[in-house]
Amino acid sequence: MSLLRVENVSKHFGSLVAVNNISMVVEPGELRAVIGPNGAGKTTFFNLISGFFPPTSGRIVFDGEDITALLPARRVWRGMARTFQITEVFPELTVRENLRIAVEVAAGNRLNPWLSRDADGEIRARIVELMDMGGLGEKADRLVGELAHGDQRATEIMMALALKPRLLLLDEPTAGMGDQETYDITQLIRKLHREEKLAIVLIEHDMRVVFHLADRIMVLAEGEPLAEGTPREIGANEAVQAAYLGKAAA
Amino acid sequence: MRGDDLQKRAATAIVWLLLIGAPYWLPAIGGYTELGTRVVVLGLAAMSLNFLLGYTGVLSFGHAAYFGLGAYGAGMTLRYLVPSTGLSVIIGTLVGTIAAAIIGPMIIRLRGVYFAMVTIAFGQTFYFIAFRWNTVTGGDDGLIGWTRQPLNLGFATIDILKSSVAFYYFVLVLFAVAVGIMAWLLRSPFGRTLLAIRENERRARFLGIPVDQHIWISWVISCCFVSLAGALYALLNNFVDPRTLYWSQSGDFVIMAVLGGMRSFWGPLLGAAIFVVLQDYLSSQTQNWMSFVGLFFVLVVLFFPRGVLGIIRRRATA
Ligand SMILES: Nc1ncnc2c1ncn2[C@@H]1O[C@H](COP(=O)(O)OP(=O)(O)OP(=O)(O)O)[C@@H](O)[C@H]1O
Ligand SMILES: [Mg+2]
Repeated sequence: MSLLRVENVSKHFGSLVAVNNISMVVEPGELRAVIGPNGAGKTTFFNLISGFFPPTSGRIVFDGEDITALLPARRVWRGMARTFQITEVFPELTVRENLRIAVEVAAGNRLNPWLSRDADGEIRARIVELMDMGGLGEKADRLVGELAHGDQRATEIMMALALKPRLLLLDEPTAGMGDQETYDITQLIRKLHREEKLAIVLIEHDMRVVFHLADRIMVLAEGEPLAEGTPREIGANEAVQAAYLGKAAA
Repeated sequence: MRGDDLQKRAATAIVWLLLIGAPYWLPAIGGYTELGTRVVVLGLAAMSLNFLLGYTGVLSFGHAAYFGLGAYGAGMTLRYLVPSTGLSVIIGTLVGTIAAAIIGPMIIRLRGVYFAMVTIAFGQTFYFIAFRWNTVTGGDDGLIGWTRQPLNLGFATIDILKSSVAFYYFVLVLFAVAVGIMAWLLRSPFGRTLLAIRENERRARFLGIPVDQHIWISWVISCCFVSLAGALYALLNNFVDPRTLYWSQSGDFVIMAVLGGMRSFWGPLLGAAIFVVLQDYLSSQTQNWMSFVGLFFVLVVLFFPRGVLGIIRRRATA
């Protein structure tokens, strides 16, 4: 069974049609990229999948269940996590505290007024594991708001990962990063995909990252699906080159 | 990290020593026990408000509603039902808490100024009911014809009516329980979800925290303890009037919390102490005492956004 089925979703903001009749199927363990020029509706499309706002029309099915009307938190509980185009973390808390909140929620402790010693030990161990994986071990007790952009980004991704998702949505994970940071994040995403068997959908402007990582690519332009296929097919597609790659090269 | 922890513990110890010793050192510096009781009761109200304001990031401008319901609940229990101080406190607290639990779902989706405005509106509704319903509440003249009763523990009786010192300790014990529960909750996984909501609601939501539900719980806890404070306030005065429900009373709680420092656990208690002492001193000097408190408040907010405790802390760490 497909992990995610987006069926003909549209989103209107007043007279603006930000997303027009888009469908997408994501299989378990697949790594898929969504690309398109600025304002194409990519982030809006993610917002529909993750429940930021409801679609004007269309249906979203996750793991066989219709989740179109579910609150974001409920989608998270079913195994969907996301990051944002502009990093969303808890800037006045440390890396460790940021991750702790995510790990505790994932472990079903969000309403608990206490933690047993054992549960606390497990949570601490999981936090350390996540920090090591994200290369954040040395910054554990620094406030996230004081970290470099790349480390804030890594913290956000590790928080999403702490939720043990089956589907991870990453909105421009390398936006605003230098070459080294971009490389590090790309390696991290590749590792998550390989080792954790995660299905990942990512929005990305950096074509090196997209063509390096993605199994399949979907191209959006002005809210419409323009093309869909393997990196090779998309690279050779003339409509795509005209609408997007051409513009980026010019 | 370690040093910070030690400093916090030392501060907590000092606060408790001062509170426990208050009936003995207060008179020595020209105060009196009832003044200390007022500080503890209003401090509890301000700390309860701060559970929501400082630790969940939600501003209520209507906490007087639940403070007043607690006060009327306690007063009316003693006036009409049973001459038991213990029951009056329990019933007063329950009345305020239940009202908050019912009103909660209607307001928790609102944010910021909208939330504050609607909490005021509900508060004013209760105010007008108390004001108009003369036969039961005593209307504008207040609810009279009752007093708190000596505490009957079975094996002994403590006269909290005649002995203001005994009453102070009665209040302090309940204060300790309430404050202890709040401190404990804030250090728990649930407490951390509240911090998460305060820090970044969007991130909290997309981490799988159903934000509205958590705000509702925080709201009910906050209102529960503010109702307890209201019940104790009624017992302190042996009197309740509609002003305990009035929006300006809510404003006083916000002033206390912000004045003392809403990012610190004890800040609102300090704010309440400053407020009560200024009120006690200035109101004997001038009719316009509130203008002076207001001026002081504005100065603190402008120059020390973390409140008076924020200033002290900065000194201590500098
Ligand atoms: N909440 C909103 N209300 C009104 N209009 C919106 C809203 N969100 C997005 N839009 C509009 O929808 C269109 C698509 O925006 P979206 O953010 O989805 O584009 P994008 O493909 O992510 O672009 P970028 O590459 O710049 O991030 C834009 O015209 C945008 O102004
Ligand atoms: Mg975008």
